[in-house]
Amino acid sequence: MDLLIFQAPILMVQASMDGILLGILFSLIAYGMALQWGVMNIINIAQGELVIMGGYIAYFMYLSGIHPAFGVIVSPIIMYCVGWGMYKLVINKVVDKDLFTSILATFGISILAQQLMNFAFGADVVVAQSNFGTTMLFNNSVTLPNAKIFSGAICVISAIILVIYMKKSKLGRAIRATAQNARAAKILGVDTEKVYAATFGINAALCGIAGACIAITFTLHPYTGLPYTVRSFMIVIIAGLGNLPAVAISGMGLGVFEEWSDYLLGTEFRIAAVFSLLVIILVYRRFKLARKREYLK
Amino acid sequence: MNKNTLLYAGLIIFGLAGAFIFPAYKLQLSFLYILIVLAMTWDVQGGQMGYNTFGNILFFGVGMYVASSTQIAMFFSLAEWTDAGGEKTFVHTIPQFFQGFGVGILLAGIIPTIIAGVIGYGILGLRGHYFAICTLALGIAAGELAGGIEIIGAGQGMTVPVWPKGFGTNASSSQFLYYLSFALALVTFVTLKWAYSTRFGLVLNAIRDNEDKAEAMGIHTMRYKIIGWMVSAFFVGIAGGLMGHINGYIEPTEIAFAGPTFGVFMVLMAILGGKGTLWGPLVGATLFHLFKEGFWTYFLGWQYVALGVLIIVIVVYFPEGVMGWLREKYPERFGEVVDEADLKAQVELK
Repeated sequence: MDLLIFQAPILMVQASMDGILLGILFSLIAYGMALQWGVMNIINIAQGELVIMGGYIAYFMYLSGIHPAFGVIVSPIIMYCVGWGMYKLVINKVVDKDLFTSILATFGISILAQQLMNFAFGADVVVAQSNFGTTMLFNNSVTLPNAKIFSGAICVISAIILVIYMKKSKLGRAIRATAQNARAAKILGVDTEKVYAATFGINAALCGIAGACIAITFTLHPYTGLPYTVRSFMIVIIAGLGNLPAVAISGMGLGVFEEWSDYLLGTEFRIAAVFSLLVIILVYRRFKLARKREYLK
Repeated sequence: MNKNTLLYAGLIIFGLAGAFIFPAYKLQLSFLYILIVLAMTWDVQGGQMGYNTFGNILFFGVGMYVASSTQIAMFFSLAEWTDAGGEKTFVHTIPQFFQGFGVGILLAGIIPTIIAGVIGYGILGLRGHYFAICTLALGIAAGELAGGIEIIGAGQGMTVPVWPKGFGTNASSSQFLYYLSFALALVTFVTLKWAYSTRFGLVLNAIRDNEDKAEAMGIHTMRYKIIGWMVSAFFVGIAGGLMGHINGYIEPTEIAFAGPTFGVFMVLMAILGGKGTLWGPLVGATLFHLFKEGFWTYFLGWQYVALGVLIIVIVVYFPEGVMGWLREKYPERFGEVVDEADLKAQVELK
């Protein structure tokens, strides 16, 4: 089993390429999570469900005869409204409470969303066919579906647009000001309530884009949201809040790790590997910080 | 004092006689006792210590697997048993069943305790939401791992030894489990009531209120945190072992390491009743069980929707729970003296 690396090194190249393209998707979701965590101090367990919901929008377009790739335009618009509504209904009541309240409340949303999606779309694993064809590399030994390359490009473009928007626009500046100090921003005339709603909406829109990409590259199922939440949480704690290059790099690293563990350990341990990695990272972080504390002594 | 004695006597009589008063609801009641144990042990971390864990489900699942695989492996080959699946080719004789049961339940308490001690050192150093998410991941990772291990049945799960034929009547199996669950709930309650009244309880509360200050006062907070988690793990593990027998069937992600159901139920029950109180989890578990059975009976198919709504409503609108609400309403009954001037000052500050 562990000899696979030496027997077929080209498989590892394949896994790495897949992992990087997958990691770009994770990075986009994680960026949304970092945004709302930094601005509103909320950990959204329903992040993965937002992604899956965005995916189902693209899938529906595919069912009604429109090419699912247009989902990357439609799905963020619908998801922005979903995120905005979610903020107005539930999240605005937990913003100023402690973090655990927000975790539990969004966990409730996550269960609710899973069930509603189950009723609406059925419990089957679905995929939206994009018919993009594949690209062959290295003498046909590495195959890359064009849909994955397309989704990677879409994610990079939307991340760039978002960064420029956050730097230049008025709302972007208001969001950044609120993240730095909500109280001071309020004093200076920023309507923080509006900023929070917009932040949550933008996060949901990012999830929508990522979801639409997942619909054409991978599979969708109502109950597969939680791993996306955990992955984005993991990326955010490795990279830190508001550090986009680090988010991108650790996202790709996670993608590569996942594909490698998929090849080396077997598919049934894939999710277990992700969750165990999170535990290991957190425990490592705790001992690293503990050493620092001792050093100060 | 007199009132309290009456209350305790009433509850114990209810517990002992419950199997005869409501023979049709015996399994429901044993289920309720298990839920009470889960809520009370969650409250040791979540309420008293201020460490919101989603990971106690790990011990529940480990206990469940340990109890029944010990009982099987003592007399038969475990691999052959899981291969046979539902076909009951192996049958325990009466003494075999009870020997295996006793040893299994004992190990179901001990092994999770050891696990809690070992991983506790790494994990209890985390604070706040890092701890919450880490324990959430721990529970799910354990479920996924158990789903990949062949000898305990992998994703299909395994069957639990059936009640030996010819011992007692048909009802005696559920009666036996009923009294064991009741005894477990009783022992958990008494142990925790005693523990909260000692220095141990005070230290846990000190950790919740301000861990750094507690450490600065010379308390080895890590030691107490680990012991607290081990106590929880012991009772949760035994509860898991009993739950395996109540279900009669073990499945890795839906029954044993059921993070989205039992893992959240225990948090919810404690919050519903009022976390950080002795009686809160008990009241919360009872109310929650009634709610849940209502949902499962009348909204079949929509039960998880109702559950999601219930979680949001409890957390957002009712975060201090039944006991917290009672405490605010009748502070004298809780032995608190209300300082009118202070109350006024607080209102003005708001």
